[in-house]
Amino acid sequence: MASKNGDIPRIGVYVCHCGTNIGGQVNVPEVVAFARTLPNVVVAREYKYMCSDPGQMLIKEDIQKLNINRVVVASCSPHLHEHTFRKATLEGGRNPFLFHMANIREHVSWVTQDPEKATEKAKAIVEAAVYRIQFHEPLESKHVPVHPDVLIVGGGIAGITAALTLADAGKTVYLIERESSIGGHMAKFDKTFPTLDCASCILTPKMTTVKDHPNIHLMTYAEVLEVDGYVGNFRVKVKKKPRYVIEDRCIGCYVCIEHCVYKTPKHPSEFDEGIGLRKPIYIPFPQAVPLVAVIDPETCIEFKSGRCPKKCQKACREIVGRDAIDFTQKEEILEIQVGAVIIATGFQIFDPSRIPEYGYGRYPNVYTSLEVERLVNASGPTGGAIVLRDGRKPQSVAIIHCVGSRDRNYNPWCSRVCCMYSLKLAHLVRERTGAEVYNCYIDMRTPGKGYEEFYEKLLHEGVHFIRGKVAEVTDWTINPEEAGKLVIRVEDSLIGVVRRIPVDMVILSVGLEPRSDAEELRRLFHISCSAEGWFLERHPKLAPVSTYTDGVYIAGACQGPKDIPDAVAQAGAAAGEVLSLVDRGVIELEPNIAVIDARRCSGCHVCIALCPFSAIAFHAEENVARINEALCKGCGVCVGACPSRAISQQLFKDEQILAEIEGLLMVD
Amino acid sequence: MSDFEPKIIGLFCNWCTYLAADLAGVSRTPYAANLRIVRVMCSGRIHPEHVLWAFRNGADGVLIGGCHPGDCHYIEGNFKTLRRCLLLKRLLEQFGVDKRRLRLEWISASEADKLRRVVDDFTETLRAIGPFARETPIFRPARTEAPGAVAASTDTKEEG
Repeated sequence: MASKNGDIPRIGVYVCHCGTNIGGQVNVPEVVAFARTLPNVVVAREYKYMCSDPGQMLIKEDIQKLNINRVVVASCSPHLHEHTFRKATLEGGRNPFLFHMANIREHVSWVTQDPEKATEKAKAIVEAAVYRIQFHEPLESKHVPVHPDVLIVGGGIAGITAALTLADAGKTVYLIERESSIGGHMAKFDKTFPTLDCASCILTPKMTTVKDHPNIHLMTYAEVLEVDGYVGNFRVKVKKKPRYVIEDRCIGCYVCIEHCVYKTPKHPSEFDEGIGLRKPIYIPFPQAVPLVAVIDPETCIEFKSGRCPKKCQKACREIVGRDAIDFTQKEEILEIQVGAVIIATGFQIFDPSRIPEYGYGRYPNVYTSLEVERLVNASGPTGGAIVLRDGRKPQSVAIIHCVGSRDRNYNPWCSRVCCMYSLKLAHLVRERTGAEVYNCYIDMRTPGKGYEEFYEKLLHEGVHFIRGKVAEVTDWTINPEEAGKLVIRVEDSLIGVVRRIPVDMVILSVGLEPRSDAEELRRLFHISCSAEGWFLERHPKLAPVSTYTDGVYIAGACQGPKDIPDAVAQAGAAAGEVLSLVDRGVIELEPNIAVIDARRCSGCHVCIALCPFSAIAFHAEENVARINEALCKGCGVCVGACPSRAISQQLFKDEQILAEIEGLLMVD
Repeated sequence: MSDFEPKIIGLFCNWCTYLAADLAGVSRTPYAANLRIVRVMCSGRIHPEHVLWAFRNGADGVLIGGCHPGDCHYIEGNFKTLRRCLLLKRLLEQFGVDKRRLRLEWISASEADKLRRVVDDFTETLRAIGPFARETPIFRPARTEAPGAVAASTDTKEEG
């Protein structure tokens, strides 16, 4: 059988054992023997690891010595090693697209329990590949330029790190943050584990560097609205929310806030997790970047009634002489063009009111760990004093681990940071109040540099550790010792006793969750989420910051729970990936575009309306449709619809797909 | 009949269901060995001929796997698949083919477990319906079908 481009196919089939991953379940020698019987197969070999150098050498040698002109490798998923083997085919001296991969690991050996059935299925998949590859033809990849600018979504520690790395390398970076200041969760912490570094001492310099960096365009109070385009050439629409304060004019002097008609702050501060108060015009925290006031229209009297004396505006104009407040500011839509995107949108904490037995929201002295972070923070509402809602110093504090985590009723995953931050809070509470601290944990998980040592240190600091999941927090007391206190009921599983521990304060170590609007962002950027809702990486081990959408990378806790060092490391990795893409300057696109055979096109227009990228135009003088190669993304929707069968998709031609189907069904 | 193992051709989108099948592998989620997968870039690429060709060549069922509505990597290819599938099912019925033999499912890249459920369930359904050739005179001139197959082909129940 001669192929379409005239040559007689001489096929080499290479079946990989993948150690025992394939060979342990599939009878590889049998598959190889079977492959030898298939049409145009000149050679069929097996090898322990086809992706290894010697494995690839087999292909190159056979191309040269046996004049192989088609290569089939039966091994893992093409998503893993298609590039490897295309390259080997090319290095052997053949066009890389004269290669096809048969997936007999992910789709066979790993999911089929019966070895006989697995072997039969592997044979079918190899036969399909052999049938298909007869119709492969040499193709040229298309190269498109990569726009050198980068978009980073999220201004927490991951986004900040990535932005600085890229900006220092000379790239123009757009850093978009939804809140009015960058800093993310880290800005709310007082100390960081296990070294007890002051969080703001290490974060604030980075934040101000971001603001002053000539290569970083910082857009706070802004959100991504629309994303268009593809790797190397994204067009992104950004919505800048009105903050009613002109950023360039505000110097962050607080005079407007002092002169607000509200003499004292009355509204819960979002930054202080609601335990501190703010005015309708506010700066979320003293180290905010940019240090610019913002007006909340939901609470500002001017926005609610239009009858405010607008003392803030007057003060800014008359005392400061800046006239920065503008109640008529409108939201702005900006359009930017970038070559790559890093998503670093972080996490949200588990809402503990979902666990009614822990009494959050019902008992005032039950706090989330993040609220306590604000309490212990020197710039927090109490100036760093750990006090109860009534101002008393707690004598005893219980810290409940795994709230919402490792719990089938809520989130099954381990949030990774809670054990460590619980230890940190235990240390800080003990240090600052001298209170008795009880840490109730299920398992103590402290893997990390210096983490176990930190736990060891706490064991000697007089903190009580109780191994057991807390059943409830209650104010129902049964003896005078418990009067006026909250009682923790917990089974101490190390001594087999159910205990009642009266405490003044309960800290719930809430877990980490994907952001509630992660789903919307995922759709904007065409990336995937895991079943839990975290953004999905391309490969859990080997491509942890890439996504299946080329040019879109993920960093930090939006990919899964992680601590600061891991988030920073991932941000650096993402910045590295972006640099490698942007500095290359061009990107090779898969040549899977659709092509119209003008002789067969009847000019019916069906394809034109179907194309989601407006890549098809009608040429009236010839009465045919034509595809703009630069716009075609290779989905093949037009191919499946053409009534004249005039359109074909490279790499996915009808004869290739039909041959594959036929081959799959030959083996019983 | 009891040892009948249906053959299923899976026509899977590269970005979701194909990846779900990869994930099923990586997470060692076993499912019926009856499924054999063809990768396409988008479920919208699938031409009715691919489905008919599969049946003609001995498939007992065809499973089309695409992205959830709104999630298409190419914006809206899966909606086109949905439309084509509905039409194709009507065509299959007119040919005397039980329309349950063609199944369209939205399975995202993370839904390995859904893939397992769908494949296992589809395999069971096809076992109950029986081999393809028994009920389709157009592929086999002499009608040799069993009464059970007739009952199955007139079943109007739509699968989920």
